[in-house]
Amino acid sequence: MFEAIAFYLFAALTIVMFTITVMTSQALYALTAMAAGMIFISAFFFILGADFLGAIQIIVYTGAVMAIYAFGMMFFDTTRNVIEKRSNPRFVVVLGALAAVLVVFIVLAPIVTTNLNANYPIDLAVGNSQAIGMVLFTKYLVPFELAAVMLLVAMIAGIVLAGKKMDKSLTLMTEEDIALMHDSFTHEATQEEAH
Amino acid sequence: MEITLTHYLVLSTVLFAIGLIGVMRRKNLLMLFFATEILLNAVNIGMAAISHYRGDYTGQMFAFFIIAIAASEVAVGLGLLIVWYKRTGKIDLDQMTSMRG
Repeated sequence: MFEAIAFYLFAALTIVMFTITVMTSQALYALTAMAAGMIFISAFFFILGADFLGAIQIIVYTGAVMAIYAFGMMFFDTTRNVIEKRSNPRFVVVLGALAAVLVVFIVLAPIVTTNLNANYPIDLAVGNSQAIGMVLFTKYLVPFELAAVMLLVAMIAGIVLAGKKMDKSLTLMTEEDIALMHDSFTHEATQEEAH
Repeated sequence: MEITLTHYLVLSTVLFAIGLIGVMRRKNLLMLFFATEILLNAVNIGMAAISHYRGDYTGQMFAFFIIAIAASEVAVGLGLLIVWYKRTGKIDLDQMTSMRG
């Protein structure tokens, strides 16, 4: 009973929040609505008994991803309305029909199939976090390591792309070049202050 | 009133459809990123629901890796977006039609 109430409440809230994210013309409304929607999605994970996944959802999405978006939006002019041109509705209709057919297959697959066996059955004797750790560090160790390397590459790429003069290596440059780069950098800064 | 796997899959599909609408109608690249996040989250709900109702941890594992991929996608994508905005002053998809090597 309570499960049903919680499910319908959070389903309605999530759908409303994500609809606002998709439909609004204000970038800040979209950002805040999506942060709220991410929190509401973690409620489904807690209802489904995936406690660790729910905690990760809150930490990673509303903690890290939303913070990166908020940081990125400081670079863009977000106070004005987002103006978007509409063109080629036939293309959108064809893509939408294809996506609808695909979604029907995806949703029917787990309902139609009957003789499925659990690879890593859920053990109620241990907690969710403990069981997740045991499966993750035995059966999924290689994907876990690859994900770690991928996150490291993404972090370095983000720093190099967004940081100022991060594409130059100070260790590979001569002293004169560094001094020259430093001079031009401070010159730029004073110019910006003058503006 | 029993909440079954079908309920969760329908919810997942609805959220996925909202994300697809966003991907198709948005022309601003930042808004396009928001829509892709919605797509990934909709899939995560379906994964966790199947994991619960089939009694298998594999779904939750896949959800973890999807979250990791989403995080790195945001870091790289937003970095590229900032570089593009510094060069052109716009983050409009229609203005990215030409490539200059």
